[in-house]
Amino acid sequence: MTRVHDLAVVGGGVHGATAALFCARGGMDVALLDRGPLCREASGVNAGTLTMQMTRVALIPYALRAHAMWASASEWLGHDVGVVVCDGLSLAFTEQEAEILTYRAGKRREAGAPIRIVDGREAKRIEPGLSDEVLIAGHCEVDGYANAYLTGLAYRRALIEAGVALHENRAVEGVDQGDGGFTLRTAQGPLRARRILLAGGVWIEPMLAWLGVDLPIKTLINQLAVTERVAPVMQTVIGVASGLLSLKQYPHGTVVIGGGWQAVGDRERGGVELLPERLVGNVRLACHAVPALGHARLARAWAGLEAETRDALPAAGPVPGVNEAYVCGSVHSGYTSGPYIARLLADRILGREPDLPLFPIDRLLAPDPSEGTAP
Amino acid sequence: MKSDLIVLGGGPAGGNAALAAAAAGLSVVLFDEQPAAGGQVWRAPWAGKADPHDSPERREGDALRDALASSPVDLRFGRRVWSVGRAFRVDALGPDGNEWVEAPRLIAATGAHERVVPFPGWTLPGVIGLAAATVLLKSHAARPAGPVVVAGCGPLLAAVAAGILKAGGDVAAVVDLASARDWLVAVPHLASRPSLLAQGLGWTLKIAGRGVPVLFRHAVRRVEGAERAERVVIAPVDETGAFTGGSERSFEIGSLVVGHGLVPGGEVPRLFRAKTRFDRLRGGHVPELDADGRTSIAGLYAAGDGVGIKGAAAAVLNGTLAGLAAARDAGRLSESEWRKRAEPARTAAAGLAPFSDAIAGLMALRAGQVASVPAETVVCRCEDVTRGEIEAAAVAGATEVNQLKHFTRCGMGPCQGRMCGETAAEILARSLGVEREAVGQWTARPPLRPVPLADLLGRFDYSDIPIPKPAPL
Ligand SMILES: Cc1cc2nc3c(=O)[nH]c(=O)nc-3n(C[C@H](O)[C@H](O)[C@H](O)COP(=O)(O)OP(=O)(O)OC[C@H]3O[C@@H](n4cnc5c(N)ncnc54)[C@H](O)[C@@H]3O)c2cc1C
Ligand SMILES: Cc1cc2nc3c(=O)[nH]c(=O)nc-3n(C[C@H](O)[C@H](O)[C@H](O)COP(=O)(O)OP(=O)(O)OC[C@H]3O[C@@H](n4cnc5c(N)ncnc54)[C@H](O)[C@@H]3O)c2cc1C
Repeated sequence: MTRVHDLAVVGGGVHGATAALFCARGGMDVALLDRGPLCREASGVNAGTLTMQMTRVALIPYALRAHAMWASASEWLGHDVGVVVCDGLSLAFTEQEAEILTYRAGKRREAGAPIRIVDGREAKRIEPGLSDEVLIAGHCEVDGYANAYLTGLAYRRALIEAGVALHENRAVEGVDQGDGGFTLRTAQGPLRARRILLAGGVWIEPMLAWLGVDLPIKTLINQLAVTERVAPVMQTVIGVASGLLSLKQYPHGTVVIGGGWQAVGDRERGGVELLPERLVGNVRLACHAVPALGHARLARAWAGLEAETRDALPAAGPVPGVNEAYVCGSVHSGYTSGPYIARLLADRILGREPDLPLFPIDRLLAPDPSEGTAP
Repeated sequence: MKSDLIVLGGGPAGGNAALAAAAAGLSVVLFDEQPAAGGQVWRAPWAGKADPHDSPERREGDALRDALASSPVDLRFGRRVWSVGRAFRVDALGPDGNEWVEAPRLIAATGAHERVVPFPGWTLPGVIGLAAATVLLKSHAARPAGPVVVAGCGPLLAAVAAGILKAGGDVAAVVDLASARDWLVAVPHLASRPSLLAQGLGWTLKIAGRGVPVLFRHAVRRVEGAERAERVVIAPVDETGAFTGGSERSFEIGSLVVGHGLVPGGEVPRLFRAKTRFDRLRGGHVPELDADGRTSIAGLYAAGDGVGIKGAAAAVLNGTLAGLAAARDAGRLSESEWRKRAEPARTAAAGLAPFSDAIAGLMALRAGQVASVPAETVVCRCEDVTRGEIEAAAVAGATEVNQLKHFTRCGMGPCQGRMCGETAAEILARSLGVEREAVGQWTARPPLRPVPLADLLGRFDYSDIPIPKPAPL
């Protein structure tokens, strides 16, 4: 009853689960609590794209290391999440898009992403499924995808093997501080820990409020769609200059169509409704890129919640003013970069120096430094 | 386009809902993917496939089709509804591509799905659903290749066997999960609908007259065949549907027609996250409805077998009540006028309850039957997920159906769990040693039915695509 864990992680998405895993492997007695099953929110329903071409420039160094982690998941995670490493293409169909693409690819290249610009013909050689409408494309060999719905099963096994006390379907309702630690309130009784990590995705805002910290988090309601299994129509990961398409065909034949088109919902109710005109818009963009997709039937569409801070950079570091409390989340393209950023934070919690800097939230608690001065 | 009310489904429930609402002065749009009204039970024959035989169902269907044709209801047949949104907006694919209608009220009357509890060989060609066979007989005037064994449970058994005989087919046996006594117990309740009882007796006599063996308390053990169903092996079962170990019999077949009751589709109320409860007798999760078919979502009504298996007669009455409720809520019927129209339907619906319960009881899922599904038998046929894989997922930590789906792909295929969902949920609950309710319900999402992307696209220029502003760099 009076067991006091070294660390309690609240939220079992890719951030919380990765941090819990590495802290447990680093010798800590770790508890992980989620109000539902593991990775059934953003981390289980996302598009699984592991790409540099949608990643924010500031995150490229992290995303490159994270990509290497995903590619070797069998070694450190030990269980299958269906990772496929393949070429990625970001397409431009108009002159204006070509300009955006060239600029953005250049910035990402400066940050270390091996992206080169190719013409339409070369793009089509790399991806024979492409339409003839492509003017130019950004080509990156560090790309690929995972099968996001397998994330929960894989992490569940790894966490149990690492000795993490796993509490699924156990929502945390609040946190009390005192006695050199924290008491997490849950309907199933209290749980005590010396340290806490809040890794609640879009719910880190209400979680930080438990500690009296006010960090506004914007909730994006991302739409995704999947087709029935069809014969191969493509072999790469495809995006567009604006970032609003993500397209790939899984080995079993389904094609997942995404790109961050917005559905209806909020933090309280989840992603409750898809708007038909946005579904049609997203599907048009997909079929414009890969015309053979038109033959497939739409099997299902859904919406998931993604977190964004004021400057769209991560919230990953200690909670200011609360000793031994940490937060991790709000990482743009967070499925790609999540494991690496969470591992950096695990290093910090374990008292080691992280290889790359974290993203402390102090900058977000200060008043908004007027427009356009985001780091 | 805007109207006062949208009705989804032109079967007994939806058809009558539309008529009642239109008669009260609402502008009504009715969508159905079939070419004509009638739904499952009163299906119209397809053009050029006229069934020469007259039947009570045909007459009732023709009456509904005539009434709709001479009503002001805006009839949109041949439209597959794929999206239903708040406020309400209904999108459908039809001959002219995508079309949509908006209305402040929506009645969902989308009907039920067939349930087949798996057994070895159930996915072989030549094995046909029992309810599906009614479609062949009614719409296409076609019959399954003989000799046919008709197996499963509920009133459709006798109806389909008699239909095949009438169409000149060869029925080798009828295999019924129920005992003769179960039927006798049900008869007094069925007698509350004498016309249907007579119809049922007519079917039974027809079967008896041809000397077709009826094997009560038997079920299909397996179907054998290399490329298609060649032989069906049956064996005796107990009242739960579990095999007793009694001796097997086999029949050489051209087809096996088999079905184990119906599952309420309920996709529309589930899409809107209306309050639901689990009701084993009614076939699964059903929305909580008031006596007039109001769901917990304002403006959303539901009626018919899609929201709890009660049969066609109840669907007519509940559809009528939902149509009247919509008209009353829209302020088109005064309290007294509404009462005058609704009272008879309410009384009749109450009188029908014993009949509906008896019918639903004969078709409800039997626990022992689920327990008899062998470990290596495929349960989710879209994704080839076996019973053993579902049980392994339970051991691996899946506690709820949507998590089961992530662990195994069960229910991720084109049917989205419409076929296997209830059986898979039952297997998961049994493996975990919990009640069916505890493993939850499958989250409903669009599209309501699979739709080809090419049909959704319509004609467009790239510049028409409303591409949102780029993500931050
Ligand atoms: C539809 C969609 C598509 C996406 N596509 C991509 C993509 O292709 N590539 C990419 O890199 N990124 C993508 N993302 C982003 C990525 O999925 C997220 O950045 C990442 O998964 C976030 O992980 P997380 O651990 O921070 O949050 P989550 O996975 O949301 O985890 C938070 C957890 O906290 C739990 N929780 C909440 N409240 C409580 C409480 N009170 N008590 C206990 N637990 C609680 C929740 O149940 C949840 O499990 C996509 C996101 C969405 C929504
Ligand atoms: C395959 C099948 C066969 C059956 N045969 C019989 C029988 O022979 N005798 C009997 O007594 N009972 C039969 N039943 C039972 C049947 O459920 C009821 O008898 C009765 O038809 C229920 O009426 P309803 O109006 O609730 O639903 P239904 O009659 O099923 O009507 C629902 C209507 O909604 C339409 N619909 C559903 N979803 C969509 C969508 N997304 N877009 C457009 N249209 C849609 C369907 O095309 C259908 O016409 C059968 C059930 C099934 C599933």
